[in-house]
Amino acid sequence: MAKPMDQYKWHELSIGCVIEEVGNAREYKTGDWRSQKPVHDNTKCTRCSLCWLFCPDSAVYEIEGEYFDTNLDYCKGCGICAKECKPGAITMVEEER
Amino acid sequence: MTTKKGIEVSIAIADAAKLARVEVIAAYPITPQTHIVEHLSEIVANGELEAQYINVESEHSAMSACCGASATGARTFTSTSAQGLELMHEILFIASGLRLPIVMATVNRALSSPLSIWGDQSDVMAARDSGWIMLFCENGQEAVDTTIMAFKIAEDRRVLLPIMVNLDGFSLSHVIEPISLPSQEDVDAFLPPYTPVYTLHPDKPVTMGAYGMPEIYTEAKFAQETALQNSKVVVDEVLDEFGKRFGRSYNAVEMYNCDETDFAFIALGSICENIKTAIDDLKSQGKEAGLVQLRLFRPFPKDDFLRAIEGKKRLAVIERAMPGGAAYGPLFNEIAALVHTNSFNITLENYICGLGGRDVQPDEFMNVFTSPQMGKNITVLGVRG
Repeated sequence: MAKPMDQYKWHELSIGCVIEEVGNAREYKTGDWRSQKPVHDNTKCTRCSLCWLFCPDSAVYEIEGEYFDTNLDYCKGCGICAKECKPGAITMVEEER
Repeated sequence: MTTKKGIEVSIAIADAAKLARVEVIAAYPITPQTHIVEHLSEIVANGELEAQYINVESEHSAMSACCGASATGARTFTSTSAQGLELMHEILFIASGLRLPIVMATVNRALSSPLSIWGDQSDVMAARDSGWIMLFCENGQEAVDTTIMAFKIAEDRRVLLPIMVNLDGFSLSHVIEPISLPSQEDVDAFLPPYTPVYTLHPDKPVTMGAYGMPEIYTEAKFAQETALQNSKVVVDEVLDEFGKRFGRSYNAVEMYNCDETDFAFIALGSICENIKTAIDDLKSQGKEAGLVQLRLFRPFPKDDFLRAIEGKKRLAVIERAMPGGAAYGPLFNEIAALVHTNSFNITLENYICGLGGRDVQPDEFMNVFTSPQMGKNITVLGVRG
């Protein structure tokens, strides 16, 4: 995006709001409606990767050779990772901002 | 000048779509539209038209397939009626929001229940605010000509919106009329191939139908609404060019015997022919009535309409749809708003008639002229009680 979305005037939009730029969804941080965030406890983690597999937004990522973490720019706080984590290494905690 | 031949209007509309060289047809048969798509499927199967004919399992799928086809840049046509139009309702808004120039022949039919296969305009009135350009046809020739013009209007870069060509079920769709079908050469000269602005193609990927957050949705809809309102200019241009090339002239708002009188009927579609007969019969009795016919309904041709009703004292709005609990019929409400905001001092009357295929004879319109029914209620012509 050439500029933030709330600065576009109606006549600056493309016909039918077609997006010509490839992959610009990356620029939108869609994790801002979350009320809880996952916290990873690596002392319990077995690196089974179920959290990574089940995350519907692909927000969980593997730190090469180490454990898993969540990209909070995109995590919606759904809690699926915590639910699926067999050793209970992920806890959902209230997030205040 | 081609010669006229007797042809069923539905078949002639299919031939018009063929003359327009449509590339994709996705449709699901429903009475009274069936003959249009049936004939098109024959045309495609016989190899007379190089097009993809997509058999779908419902009208929802038909309009969805049309959106996909149009998004690839193909000239796309479909047709439906009544319940079929309502089943596509959700996708109608997507077609207009995505600015896809799909042309649909909507063969107007009553909505169930009670189950009815017969004509009225309750189907299109339930879809009237879906962001489509809407044209209404009075006769078969007009339906053929409008189908061809619709592609030129829809695909204009200043427009890029879907168009409904409305024609009344049975009283138009199933009537055999003398119709002049233009030559392929003349249609090709009038209607060049569609060159889309954006297409779905792997060589240049684009996103269509992205999520519109609150920060942008209002601007997106304002842009779409502006395009729809501004399309009136292109509608006029295309009607004008068609008249010059083919010798049949149409206007967005048509007037009949309006100069002679301060009374006018207002109506849409084939019922205008009956009203004109009533006007002629009244004239033979020394009484003068006029007709203001809306050929273009969306965008509402406000300026043309206001010019047409200037100096009128009394207007009778004739509609083929029940208000569904509204103060008055859908057409009346818009006209009343325009009359009021422009400070016209005109008496307005609202008459509902021709529901579910009920015949309306010219006599009934003559009665409307001589015995006005006005007030805070609609008047339903011919209802027994």
